[in-house]
Amino acid sequence: MSAHAGTAELAGAIPTIPVTSARSGGGPAPVRIVVAYGFWIFLLSDIILFSALFAAYAVLSGQTAGGPSGHELFELRHVGIETLCLLFSSYTCGLGILSIEHRRLRSFYLSFALTFVLGATFLGLEVTEFAGMLTRGAGPSRSAFLSAFFSLVGLHGAHVSAGLLWMSFMVAQTVVKGPRDFVRRRLLCFSLFWHALDIIWVALLTLVYLMGAR
Amino acid sequence: MQENVEPPSAPTDQAPGDVEHEAAGSFASYTAGLGFALLLTLASFVVSQTHLLWAPGVTAGLIVLAIAQMGVHLVFFLHIGTGSDNTNNVLALAFGVLIVTLVISGSLWIMANLNANMLPASAIMEMQR
Repeated sequence: MSAHAGTAELAGAIPTIPVTSARSGGGPAPVRIVVAYGFWIFLLSDIILFSALFAAYAVLSGQTAGGPSGHELFELRHVGIETLCLLFSSYTCGLGILSIEHRRLRSFYLSFALTFVLGATFLGLEVTEFAGMLTRGAGPSRSAFLSAFFSLVGLHGAHVSAGLLWMSFMVAQTVVKGPRDFVRRRLLCFSLFWHALDIIWVALLTLVYLMGAR
Repeated sequence: MQENVEPPSAPTDQAPGDVEHEAAGSFASYTAGLGFALLLTLASFVVSQTHLLWAPGVTAGLIVLAIAQMGVHLVFFLHIGTGSDNTNNVLALAFGVLIVTLVISGSLWIMANLNANMLPASAIMEMQR
């Protein structure tokens, strides 16, 4: 009763605001939209973090200190396979989200299994590339160029690893709890994350590998 | 109260990445996005590895192709479009792009200037004597 009286008092104090009017399409937005919008803002801040490393790489890419340059180190066939893995994993991730929205669980599991395999293949290829560079003495401490290269590409790789971990958690959660509202919201956020990683890879491929290997 | 009433069909927001409500259209959208992205990736590799473009223009060409492919990813995979229900997402994206542009182009500009205006190392040694 007292809470009700308080509300009435408050409404009396601010008489000019029409409480019942549907100014923005009828009250607050659904949770799904608020959550995804918040996650979209996080992704943009993550992209800004990457932009600082991109700037550092662009400035330092010529500073090889007598060590190997990108032209000697990068193998474009290898990088091309990595690119295809990530692109197709983005596609299967999108198909997985479509399936879960239509409650087609089997096709959801299949899509996400493919996404995981493609993502893990990408990561494996990247680790192989890094290991090959390290054995050639081209580690991150060799030159400013290599420091910038390893931090930029390594940060992307770390994001992919985190994505793989998150993906396995989400599949487990779907198995246990079924395609409920909050599970599907989290899956939507995951798919945004995965697609954003692919966008960053496009910039990485162009600036680091295609321009560096020329 | 009367003048505050809006038509009931006021647009609601769309979550980024959310698929439109008809099923067939979104499958086609993902597949079209994959096709465009593959095409643009292939074009990037061809431009960087052959002499198809005039050599000093290759960098510009690669940048244009990369931006086009990011656009394809945004529209077809993340569903950031031009609809009236998408305004918030696009505004956030525009702010992100502004900051990214400032960080990258600003760093390159300042460092290029600094390189051009720095004394050579030998001159600095001379001054410290």
